[in-house]
Amino acid sequence: MSAKTSIKSVPEDVVQFLYREARLQDTHAYDEWEALWEDDAIYWVPANGTDPDPETQMSFIYDNRSRISLRVKQLKTGKRHSQTPPSQLARIVSNIELLDEAGDEIRVAANTMIFECNMRGETVWATRNEYSLRRVDGTLKMIRKKVVLVNNDKPIYTLSFLV
Amino acid sequence: MNVETPISQWSRLIEPGRVHGALYSDPAIFQAELEKIWFRTWVYVGHVSEVPNRNDYVTKSIGPMPVLMVRDREGEIRLLLNRCPHRGNAVCVIEKGNRSSFTCPYHSWTFANDGRLIGYAFPDGYQGVERSDLGLAQVPRIAIHKGFVFGSMAEDGPSLEEHLGGAIRAIDQLCENSPEGEIELTAGFLRHRTKANWKFILENECDGYHPGFVHASIFSVADSKIGELYGASSIAVTRDFGNGHTEVDLRPEFRRRGEPLSWFGTTPARLPGYVAAMEAAYGREKARQIMIDGTPHTMIFPNLFIAEIQLFVIQPVAVDETIQHVTALQFKGAPDFNRRMRQQTMGSVGPAGFLLADDTEMYERNQRGLLTRNPEWLFLERGMHRERDDEDGYRIAHSTDDLPSRGIWRHYKTLMEAA
Repeated sequence: MSAKTSIKSVPEDVVQFLYREARLQDTHAYDEWEALWEDDAIYWVPANGTDPDPETQMSFIYDNRSRISLRVKQLKTGKRHSQTPPSQLARIVSNIELLDEAGDEIRVAANTMIFECNMRGETVWATRNEYSLRRVDGTLKMIRKKVVLVNNDKPIYTLSFLV
Repeated sequence: MNVETPISQWSRLIEPGRVHGALYSDPAIFQAELEKIWFRTWVYVGHVSEVPNRNDYVTKSIGPMPVLMVRDREGEIRLLLNRCPHRGNAVCVIEKGNRSSFTCPYHSWTFANDGRLIGYAFPDGYQGVERSDLGLAQVPRIAIHKGFVFGSMAEDGPSLEEHLGGAIRAIDQLCENSPEGEIELTAGFLRHRTKANWKFILENECDGYHPGFVHASIFSVADSKIGELYGASSIAVTRDFGNGHTEVDLRPEFRRRGEPLSWFGTTPARLPGYVAAMEAAYGREKARQIMIDGTPHTMIFPNLFIAEIQLFVIQPVAVDETIQHVTALQFKGAPDFNRRMRQQTMGSVGPAGFLLADDTEMYERNQRGLLTRNPEWLFLERGMHRERDDEDGYRIAHSTDDLPSRGIWRHYKTLMEAA
């Protein structure tokens, strides 16, 4: 049964971390969400495919830590019109899979299905995500999150909530 | 004898200082626009740098209609209509690539990338048929200015130069900011879908009244001097070039500052490679002036917006649906500059951008506002009393005035009334 035993299960605290991150995003808990990030963070939502080079190709989001902070600050002004009133959100995180574990760092994949309701109407977003997490003093932090919208090669509506 | 001139449908909808809401929401008007504007006037299609090599192609559009922009085997740029003359199938459904021919998947008709039919399956069934009549259709007129490819679905009409008129300066000014005098579009497009009529977007591009309000959220948290350019005390002007082309000319503000690259929110010390390349190309004095003036903020009717560091293409899809295609401009021979343009473009535009997401929210609210029947008209009189002519005879007004919208509607009415 070697095929089975080679598939490692995802540590429970990692699963809980992903659920928590999803809840903070859905409930617009901006400060708590920002606190999940490490200083060397990259928050990446590519366009036009799964794996373009973000250093030469346009992405929907390609934020370092300071731009994540700016994004949150803008949302908190209350004048980010595309989030005023904020989108109503509920997302399912599923298909969580351990990709790699080395030292303090863990890479996991997951899919999400996000229901968004705003003034324009209802939109369903489907994504394939990859996370790189780091254990820091016993807690998990996020160092990289890549969100691949399955329709990222098509025209998409405004996406101004935290995806 | 008094002969009354009949008032056209368009005169009843378009007045010098106001336009009727039906212009943005009536599906019959949208259909008429396709015939009178999108399939008649010059429309920006793409840039030659998107098809750098022989046999490269990329899918583009003229209005809602898909076209293939091709560099054929001889190196010539062509605009092919993506429809097999046999049964109407698209001959190409992959967005870009390199191929010297296209084969329709339905009955295997094959076309060279200059449009010629070069073969079909089981040719003995086509005795006596003239192949040369069965090629892919092409956009009847194509013209290229400094790498910008325009197409017109009309067999006859004004030349591209006549159409662009004074707005040609915007393309030239843009290219002059490149040390090699050329721009490239190599970073790929973000495509942003909006439930709004295309003309709300067209008018907003040179609306200098909204930035301080729509973009207050980002101006208040980022270190940006953009907001001041559109303030009440700004000396920037709006300009109507005629033919529907409009701009916000920010050069008076940048010249007042007198600092190279202040238009880009940076300094020569931070971009030494670019500055050295510019000085080598143009000489110290001219390079300094170019870098003070910066790039234009110009809307070329009906679909090409040059927005300082970005290029937008407006594509109407339906009366209440529009796609904005946007990418970072890239200057040939300026890698350090290009990286900053990409980073700033990704931050500001596209569906998640700090700026454009909020503009787009406004367009969608504008569109929904039309459901409210009273008042039926949209008011465009801001700054009418202070319009004046510049030294070239173009109408200008304050950067926050509605002059661009008035210019757009004047041209629109001319196009829609044409036989």
